[in-house]
Amino acid sequence: MLNGWLRSPPVPVAQLLAAESATLPQQITFGILAAVMTISALRVVTAKNVVHCALHLVLVLAGVAGIYILLAAEFLAAVQVIVYIGAIVVLFLFGIMLTRAPLGRDSTLDNDQRPLAALVGVSVIGLLCALLVDGFGDKEIVLPEVQRTEEVGLAIFQSYVIPFEVVSVLLLAALVGSVVLARRD
Amino acid sequence: MIQLIAAVAEAPSNTSAPWLVEQVWIIPLLAALSFPLTLAFGKRLPGKGQEIGLALVGTALVLSIALGASWAGRGHIELEEHSAEAIHATYTGTAAGDGESKATEEHGAETTGKGAEGHGAETAGKGAEGHEAETTGEAGHEAEPVHVRPYYESEQTWYQNGPIHIGFGFHVDGFAVVMLFTVCFISFLVHLYSTEYLRGDRRQTHYFAALGLFTAGMLLMVSASTTIQVILGWEIMGLCSFMLIGHWWEESKNSNAALKAFFTTRTGDIGLLVGMCILFFGAGQTFNIAKINQAAIDGNIQRTLLVCAAAALFVACIGKSAQFPLHTWLPDAMAGPTPASALIHAATMVVAGVYMVARLYPVFFEAFRISDNFQFAVIGGVNPIAIIGAITLLIAGGLAFVQTDIKKVLAYSTVSQLGYMVMGLGVGAWTGAIFHLFTHAFFKALLFMGAGSISHGVFHSFELEDYGGLRKYMPKTFVTFMVGTGALMAVPPLAGFWSKDEILLGAGKNGYGLFLVASALGATLTCGYMTRVVYKTFFGEYSGPHTPEAIEHAEHAEHEAHGHDDHASVPAGMAAVAHGAHQAERGPHDDEPAAEHVGRSSPGHGAGAPLGGYPHESPWNITVPLIVLAVMSVVTGVINAPGLLAFTHFTAIEPIVAAGVPEPHFDIVIAVWSTVVGLAGAGVAYLWFFKEIRFGLDGITSRNKAARAGYLFLVNKYYLDELYENVFIKGIKGPIAAGAYWFNQNVIDGVVNGAGWTAKTFGNLVYDRIDQTAVDGTVNGVGAGARGLGRGLKGLATGRVQQYAALLIGGAAAGALVLYLVTLGS
Amino acid sequence: MLLNEFLILGAVIFGIGIYGVLARRNGVLVLMSIELILNAVNINLVAFGAFHHDIAGQVFALFTVAVAAAEVGVGLAIVLLIYRNKRSIDLTEVAEMKG
Repeated sequence: MLNGWLRSPPVPVAQLLAAESATLPQQITFGILAAVMTISALRVVTAKNVVHCALHLVLVLAGVAGIYILLAAEFLAAVQVIVYIGAIVVLFLFGIMLTRAPLGRDSTLDNDQRPLAALVGVSVIGLLCALLVDGFGDKEIVLPEVQRTEEVGLAIFQSYVIPFEVVSVLLLAALVGSVVLARRD
Repeated sequence: MIQLIAAVAEAPSNTSAPWLVEQVWIIPLLAALSFPLTLAFGKRLPGKGQEIGLALVGTALVLSIALGASWAGRGHIELEEHSAEAIHATYTGTAAGDGESKATEEHGAETTGKGAEGHGAETAGKGAEGHEAETTGEAGHEAEPVHVRPYYESEQTWYQNGPIHIGFGFHVDGFAVVMLFTVCFISFLVHLYSTEYLRGDRRQTHYFAALGLFTAGMLLMVSASTTIQVILGWEIMGLCSFMLIGHWWEESKNSNAALKAFFTTRTGDIGLLVGMCILFFGAGQTFNIAKINQAAIDGNIQRTLLVCAAAALFVACIGKSAQFPLHTWLPDAMAGPTPASALIHAATMVVAGVYMVARLYPVFFEAFRISDNFQFAVIGGVNPIAIIGAITLLIAGGLAFVQTDIKKVLAYSTVSQLGYMVMGLGVGAWTGAIFHLFTHAFFKALLFMGAGSISHGVFHSFELEDYGGLRKYMPKTFVTFMVGTGALMAVPPLAGFWSKDEILLGAGKNGYGLFLVASALGATLTCGYMTRVVYKTFFGEYSGPHTPEAIEHAEHAEHEAHGHDDHASVPAGMAAVAHGAHQAERGPHDDEPAAEHVGRSSPGHGAGAPLGGYPHESPWNITVPLIVLAVMSVVTGVINAPGLLAFTHFTAIEPIVAAGVPEPHFDIVIAVWSTVVGLAGAGVAYLWFFKEIRFGLDGITSRNKAARAGYLFLVNKYYLDELYENVFIKGIKGPIAAGAYWFNQNVIDGVVNGAGWTAKTFGNLVYDRIDQTAVDGTVNGVGAGARGLGRGLKGLATGRVQQYAALLIGGAAAGALVLYLVTLGS
Repeated sequence: MLLNEFLILGAVIFGIGIYGVLARRNGVLVLMSIELILNAVNINLVAFGAFHHDIAGQVFALFTVAVAAAEVGVGLAIVLLIYRNKRSIDLTEVAEMKG
């Protein structure tokens, strides 16, 4: 159990050098994914059609899964797709449906705080970017071996079993809570 | 030097003196007690308080006689003395008239035992020098030693603050002892006299209380050791004079006279206070009279201060002792009761000024250079004191001729004699002046009491027209009055002769020739007017009313009653009844208007038997004092006859000898010549009145314009009253008072009002601008700001979550930015 | 691959999500924007995990996904409630705490 608290052993140099040559496709993939995600995210927050927002959200989420794969987190990617796209977005759509959201164009989807929100958003982006550039500079990610589900599972059930249990309870609470909240009586 | 040592050995010290001398304060205290006791208990006593006064003043008199006896037993010390000729020789002879060296010459033997004064040290040094200078400088004159009884002084500290030391004490020397005796003696006789004269008076108790207080004041003054006490006694006497003159103040004439007296003497009192203050500073911050005198003698007082102080003090003397130009109050002061006039306006109070000058004589002697003031060849020396005295004695003598009221004649006579005393002080005849003061007290009191006795018998009239031939009806009064007149006219061997002669001697010997002439002229006038008075009063036929109706008519009427010759004799019985009836109705008449009849006394005929409406002799309360005073008028003069010189020796005091006041010796020439001149005046008046020889001048005032003008001038008292009243007083009341009022209202009040207006305006300004606008504005602004801020911030609380979230995230981003920037450098 | 790529991408998505949270009127859309934010955070986590060769990144991201799911569930329940009470899910109308 204590092993999980330690870092993974560093990647051998040879593997690193070997992995270097695979950079370019990853970059391109990353670039495409980033562009798609960004545009989709923008569309999420600016689309006039609620369902379009949901669909764009699907694209963003899928892009995120792709990022995960780029980062050698295949289990997480799978989970992302299953949970987020498969369940959460569906949930969103249910919510849209249940709240009689206008399924067509709706020009009043934004409130009057748009400039301030834009300002805040842009400033946050800017700040974060500045911080990141300043903080992390040219740090490279040297991918480790692909982390299989086994490692994740081991980590969860050995090192992080308590958070796992807590999350379980949280899910239970959320389930119960939403049922309680949403029931009709 | 041997003489010096001998003198030192036998000199009595100041620390030991007979008991009464040490406790001399008892004498003024007894008189002072008379005042509150009479006021407190007088009304309940049968005699209305006169018993208290008689008892206390009588005791004081006995004590003062005992004091005199014990003082006579005091040992002497010797001081050098210069005769007038010697002094004269010094300025024209060898020592060339240097004032300073002359002042130091006369100090001969040492005087020790002066107590804590430090006096002895100074005179020691001076004495030694003087002695030397004497033997080397002035050859050929005799320095006769003067035996002086050293004074005794007891002083308590009244107030002390650093170098300023104000003491309160009693100073006893020959002069003071003589004055104490005189005041007590005459006061006692006046008390006795007043028991009859003011019997049944409306304010008898207050009268006796005032008499007692006055006596206390005068006694305090004559035994004073500091100038403060002199001022104290002076002012007490001024107050009592006011009270006594205005005794019957219900008549406005009397209260006006009292006010006039008070104000006029007050004018002089300015000089008293100023002079005493100057002397305080000039003599080295001391009020002690002996020290002041010593400082004056030693020349330690700066010349300017000395002259100013002497002038100021002399002004006080002019006011109090009724000298020209402030003499106008004394004749009007005759509105008071006659015994009060006898006491205070003849014998004691008016001489307070003379006494003060005599007491502080070295100051005047040095200031006016009385002993070496030889400016003019023929007439000799001149100085302000002598001039004023001479003027006074001459003008008063002239005025006495035209008076129709016997008391006014005596008043002017008093003014004239005061002029003699002041002139005597002015010419350096110190002993002569105070001797005249002494004798004048007796015979003038005698004359006033005689006048009172006369009026007492002549239905309380003082008008000469009502008199005449009274020697038949009032023999005792007549004889005593004649003795007094003789003393006043300086008929030898009566008192006035010796005392007036000493003054004349001083004038002659000290080189004041002009004043010798003036005083001789004054003697002529004196004899003249007194002869007139005597004739009109005692000789001739009685021309006053003597029937009841006429008496009553005369009492109530104005001038019309007088001059009616009522020679019809009334049957004695009927007149007796009338007189009895007249007596009975006296009661309500005691407050009748006294328009012309000055100083009506209230009813009370005493024990004298009515003589059928004609004037009668007065009872014993009145005649006994007259007789006593007549005896004194004879005796007091002879005691200072040349060869005997008892008074001179008794009153010789150190400051006078030390100052070098000359002591002239008897000169038969001057004595005879002055007597002759005086009696010439009496002779002329005798011829005029008694023999009716008019030298063709009868009725001249109605024929001759110049004579008429002169007569009117005299009758109107040289228009001095008009001058004072219309020019000075109206001038002050009118324009000056108006000016002062204008100044007060406009300038002073303007300043004050302006200050108030300024303060008010400024206050309003501050209120409006600063308080309301700025301060309140700030306070309100803060409130408004808070409100506005709240209102503004309220806009934030929209309830819209997304807005909150925006602010939250924005704030967090800002915070992060700040943090980033802060840590940027590190 | 630069670490910063992923991080910046995550920051951008994050910012966009913030914009969406603040600017969207529909409650569901706000929830969707929250999902964007969460996903951006996940990207960060996984990137750092990969950078540090630490499996904790992925584990944490997993938990985040679970939490997000729970949160969406509860959030939608709330939105449903709001819809029931107000017949609309316009968040500008939900200003009960105004003032």
